[in-house]
Amino acid sequence: MSVAALPDLASLEADLLAAIAAAADEAELEAIRVAALGKKGSVSELLKSLGGMSPEERKSAGPAINGLRDRLNEALSARRTDLKAAALAKRLETERVDVTLPVRETPAEAGRLHPISQVIDELTAIFADMGFSVAEGPDIEDDFHNFTALNFPEGHPAREMHDTFYLPTKEDGSRLVLRTHTSPVQVRTMLSKKPPIRVICPGRTYRSDSDQTHTPMFHQVEGLVIDKGSNLGHLKWILEEFCKAFFEVDNVKMRFRPSFFPFTEPSMEVDIQCDRSRPGEIRFGEGSDWLEILGCGMVHPNVLRNCGLDPDEYQGFAWGMGIDRIAMLKYGMPDLRAFFEADVRWLAHYGFRPLDFPTLAGGLST
Amino acid sequence: MKFSLSWLREHLSGDYALDDVTGALNRIGLEVESVEDKAAKLKGFTIAYVVSAVQHPNADKLRVCMVDTGTGEPVQVVCGAPNARTGMKSVFSPPGTYIPGKDMTLGIGSIRGVESRGMLCSAAELQLSEDHDGIIDLPEDAPVGASYVDWIGLDDPVVEIAVTPNRADALGIHGIARDLAAAGIGTLIETPIAPVKGLYPCPVSVAIEPGAPCPAFALRLVRGVKNGPSPEWLQAKLRAIGLRPINALVDVTNFLTFDRNRPLHVFDAAKVHGNLVVRPAKDGESLLALDGKTYALDSGICVIADDKAVESLAGVMGGEESGCDEGTTDVLVESALWEPINIAQTGRRLGLNSDARFRFERGVDPAFTVPGVELATQLILDLCGGEPSEIVLAGAIPDTTRVIDFPLALTEKLTGLVASDAEQVGTLAKLGFAVEGTSGTVRVTPPSWRGDIEGKADLVEEVIRIVGLDRVPSTPFPRDENARKPVLTTLQLRTRKSKRALAARGLVEAVTWSFVPKAQAELFGGGQPELALANPIASDLSDMRPSLLPGLVRSAQANADRGIGDVALFEVGQVFKGERPQDQFIAATAIRRAFAKPTGAGRHWAGRATAVDAFDAKADALAVLAAVGAPVANLQISTDAPGWFHPGRSGTFRLGPNVIGHFGELHPSALEALDAEGPLVGFEVLLDRVPEPKAKATRVKPLLELSAFQPVERDFAFVVARSVAAGDILKAAAGVDRKLITAVNVFDVYEGPGIDADAKSVALSVTLQPREKTLTDAEIEAVAGRIVAEVTRKTGATLRG
Repeated sequence: MSVAALPDLASLEADLLAAIAAAADEAELEAIRVAALGKKGSVSELLKSLGGMSPEERKSAGPAINGLRDRLNEALSARRTDLKAAALAKRLETERVDVTLPVRETPAEAGRLHPISQVIDELTAIFADMGFSVAEGPDIEDDFHNFTALNFPEGHPAREMHDTFYLPTKEDGSRLVLRTHTSPVQVRTMLSKKPPIRVICPGRTYRSDSDQTHTPMFHQVEGLVIDKGSNLGHLKWILEEFCKAFFEVDNVKMRFRPSFFPFTEPSMEVDIQCDRSRPGEIRFGEGSDWLEILGCGMVHPNVLRNCGLDPDEYQGFAWGMGIDRIAMLKYGMPDLRAFFEADVRWLAHYGFRPLDFPTLAGGLST
Repeated sequence: MKFSLSWLREHLSGDYALDDVTGALNRIGLEVESVEDKAAKLKGFTIAYVVSAVQHPNADKLRVCMVDTGTGEPVQVVCGAPNARTGMKSVFSPPGTYIPGKDMTLGIGSIRGVESRGMLCSAAELQLSEDHDGIIDLPEDAPVGASYVDWIGLDDPVVEIAVTPNRADALGIHGIARDLAAAGIGTLIETPIAPVKGLYPCPVSVAIEPGAPCPAFALRLVRGVKNGPSPEWLQAKLRAIGLRPINALVDVTNFLTFDRNRPLHVFDAAKVHGNLVVRPAKDGESLLALDGKTYALDSGICVIADDKAVESLAGVMGGEESGCDEGTTDVLVESALWEPINIAQTGRRLGLNSDARFRFERGVDPAFTVPGVELATQLILDLCGGEPSEIVLAGAIPDTTRVIDFPLALTEKLTGLVASDAEQVGTLAKLGFAVEGTSGTVRVTPPSWRGDIEGKADLVEEVIRIVGLDRVPSTPFPRDENARKPVLTTLQLRTRKSKRALAARGLVEAVTWSFVPKAQAELFGGGQPELALANPIASDLSDMRPSLLPGLVRSAQANADRGIGDVALFEVGQVFKGERPQDQFIAATAIRRAFAKPTGAGRHWAGRATAVDAFDAKADALAVLAAVGAPVANLQISTDAPGWFHPGRSGTFRLGPNVIGHFGELHPSALEALDAEGPLVGFEVLLDRVPEPKAKATRVKPLLELSAFQPVERDFAFVVARSVAAGDILKAAAGVDRKLITAVNVFDVYEGPGIDADAKSVALSVTLQPREKTLTDAEIEAVAGRIVAEVTRKTGATLRG
C-alpha cells in the first residue's frame, strides 16, 4: 500500500470522535470501539499497515496513527465514565423511599425495668463504692432469724409492731413467717461470716397491712457493719454520703432522732431536709421541712451474742429503709400501690430503659 | 400518748413555750405526732348574758334575744334554740366570726324581718361535741365578755407523742416531764406522796392463786363516798386528751393512768361478793366488760373474781357488774402488777385494747403500785369524801434493783460523741439513775420505772439522746483495704443481667405479689398446705406462688381489659417450691400476649402483624440463659413441659439431668382458669439451676484462631417423617465432623404438596471451615456424603430429589 493510499486521518478521527460523543450507551460505545480498535477495526488495520511501509513512510505515518489510537482510547474512556454516571443518575432517579415512614421501635427502647430494680442497682453502686457487698436470704424465714436472734422477746409488743404473716403451725408448735424485714439476712451473714462485715441486704418483705402507703409486700434495704471500732459517727457519715449520692444533691441536712428498735441500741430514726412547698414535688437538700427516711443504730449486744459474736470485742451498726419509699421520694411517684399493679402505662412512664445502667461515673439517673 | 400543756406544767415548772417542748421531745426520742390547738380557731367566741328572750313576732320557733356581750349596749340576736331564755348565760359570736361547725362566716342578717347581729352557739357549732340540741348553757358564775375557750381551759394545746415500746415511763405525764427536765426544759416538780392513814382493816381480802401472772395486788376500801360528776378541772383535763368523763371515782383512775402511768381499777364494794381472788378463768366463764361487750374466757386469761363470779379482766378491763356509778357509796381501789406477756396475749386474743392493757404490756413502775393507791385515795377523799381502810397487799412488790457497770468511755467508743464524765453522770442522775463513782467505770442502778434498761449500751443511749445526737460527729468511713472485687453473688448478677436482657428485648418488668389464690397455686404446681398463709390479708392472696406465670398472665389480662392487649411482661423474683431456704428459687419469667412480638408490637406497614408464638418465648428464654452464662449450646430440649403449657407447642430445657426451665404457648385451660385470653406465650427459667461458672485464674480469653481459608457452605434438603425433631437432624449433621463443620442452620421447613402427607422437608445449610488448606471438590463431596448418610441413619431421612 502506498502512502497515497492512506486515508485522510484527520477526517477519520473527526468521524470517530463524533461517533463516540454521540454514543447513547455503553453498548453503542463498545461497538464503536470494536469498529475502530478491534482486531479488524479501521484504526487497527492502519496500525497493521505500518509494517509494510518504508522506514521513511513509517517515520511520519507511525506517530500519526499511534496518536490517533491514543486519542480515541482517551475519548472512549472519558465517554464511558460519562455514560456510567448518567446511567447511575438515571437509576437513582427511579429509586425513592418515603423516609418519613415510621420504623419499628427498637426493643431496647420499648422495654423497661421496674423502678425497684433500678433503685436496687443505684443502691448497689453507691454502697459497693464504700466497700459493701450484697447479701440475700429467703423470704420464708423461721422465728429465730426473723425475731428471736434480733432480740424480739416472745410476746413483746415490738413483735406486734410487725403485722406478721404466718405459715401454718407445725406439729411442734413452731411456725414459719414471711420475713417482716430484711434483718434476718444480717443474722445469717453474722452467723456465716467472720467480721469485718460490710453488707447491704435488699429484698422483699411482708407485713399484713394495706392502705395508700402500706402494701402487704414491699421492699427494704438494710446495711450492716461489724468490726472492732466502727461507731455512730461513721454511720452518720455513710448515711450523709448515701443521701447525697442517691438524691443527687450537693449537700443534705439530716436530723437524727432517738428511737427504739429491739435489735439496735442506741437506736435512731433519721429525717432528711427537704422542701415540700411546691405541689407534687419534693426537693432534697433545701427547704425547712423534714421527712423520715430510715431507722438505724448500733447493733444490740444481745444480737451480737445471738450471732456468736462477743459484744465486748465486736461492735457495729445497721440501718434500714424502704426501697419503694425512697424510690417514690426520688422519682416523685405518688402511690405505692401502683408499684405492684403491672400497669404498662405506669411502667412505661416510671420505668427505666435497659441500657440506662446506673453508675457513679455516669451519674445514677442520667 | 396525749397530754395538754397545762397538765405538763403541773409536773414541770419553769419558763418554756410550746415550741421548746415539742423541739425537745423530738430531740430526746419522744416523737411529736401532732399538736392540736383547739382554741386557735375559737378565739372570737365570748361568754354572754341573755338579758331578755321574747317570742319572734313572725315565727313560732324563734326568739328575739337582747344579749349582753360585755362590750357595751346589749346586742339583738335572733335565736332558734329551744333552750334560749331570759337570764341564761351562753356563748356568743359577733358578725365576722368563722363558725367551724357550719363552715361559714357569720354576717349581719335579717331573720323573718328582725335584724340579728350575731349568734348564740351550740357546742356542735364550735365543734366541741355533737350536741346541737340547744345553745351552750353556762353556769351563773361564767364571766360575761371573757373568751369562752380560755374560761373552759381549752386554750391549752394538746400534744400527741409516739412512745416507743421501750419507754413505758413516758406513758405518764410525770415521766415525760422528767425527760424534758433532764434535757434542759423546766424543772421536774417532785412532790412526795404522803400515805393516807387507814382507819380500819380492809374488810375484803385478796388471794393470788399460785402461777397467776400477778406479782402484787394492793387493795383498799373507801367507804361513805359521794360519787357524782367530777369537778370541771378534772373533766376538762380528761376531755382535752380525748377521754370521756364518767364519774368522779372512774375519772380518778383515768387521771392517774395518764398522770403517772399507773392504771387502777375501782369496784363498787356493794356489788362485790365476799373476797377477791386472782386466778385463771375457768372454761365457760364470761364477763360483761365496761365496754359493753361480753367476752368468753378460758384458762389462758387471768381474772379477778369474787365468791360468785368474774368481776374483772386482769390488767385489761373491769366488769360492768361491779363498776362504780353515781350510786356507789363504798369503793374498792385496786392497784396491781401484771406480767406484761400475759396482758399482751389476753388483749390480743380478745381483741381488746385499753389504756390499761397498753401500759401493763409495756411495763409499769412496780415501785409505784402502793403509792398509786395512796394517790388515788387522796383524790377520792378530796372529791368524794369517805373513810379509807388500811391497804391490803397480796403478793410482793418485786425488787427490780440491778447494777450495771458502765465504762464511761464506752459512749465515745460506740458513738464517737465526746461527753465529759461529769456530763454523763449528771445526765443519768437527772433521769433518776443512781450512779456510784464519777469517772472510769461507774456503777449505775436504773430507777424502778426503767425496766427497759438492761445493759451499758442502754446507758449510752440515755446519755446521747439527752445530751443531743447532733453532737455525734460525722466521721469519714474508710473503705476497706481489700481489693475492689465484685460485690454481687453469681445469683445476684444473674438476676440483674436477666432483667436487663429481657428489657432489651422489649419486655416490661412487672413486680407482682408473692402470694396468689390457692386455685392458681395448685394449677401451677404448688398449693401445698405448708405454703398457704395462716393469716392471708385477702382470700386471693393466700398461697406462696410456685411460679411467676399466674401473676404475669393476670397482669397482662388486666392491661388488656384496659385496652392494651399487646403486652410483653417479665418478672425476676422468688418462687416457692417448699418452705425451706433451699426450696426458694429465683425465677426469670416472661410472657407475650397477642401481637407483642420481639420485633415490635402490633401492625406495621413493613410487615404483617403476626401473633406471638412458642418461638418468641423460646428466644426470650435463650436470651436470658445466654445473658446469665448458661452453656446454651449444650441445652437439650424435650417436649415434656408441665401441664400449664400447650402439650404440642412447648418445650423443656435441660442441662444433663437438671430441668432449667420451660417455654411455649400457655395451655388454653390454664388461660381459662386464669380468666385470661390468648394468644399467650411464655417461659420460666430457674436461675439457681444454671450451673455455677468455673472460677478462672485470669481474665485472658482463649487465643483467637483465624483460618486463612474460605469457608464453604453446602445446602441439603431432607425429607423426614413429621414426628422427627429438627434438633435431631441438626445434631446428626453437626456430629459428622465437629472440627470441620462450624455451623448448621435450618433455612426451610416445608409441609404440603409435593411431599408425603406425613412427611416434611427440612433444608439445612452446613458451613465447613477448612483450617490447613482449601478443600477439594472431592473432599467436600466426601463430607456431604457422610452428612447425608448420618442424617439418614439417625432420622430415617432421605435426601430430597
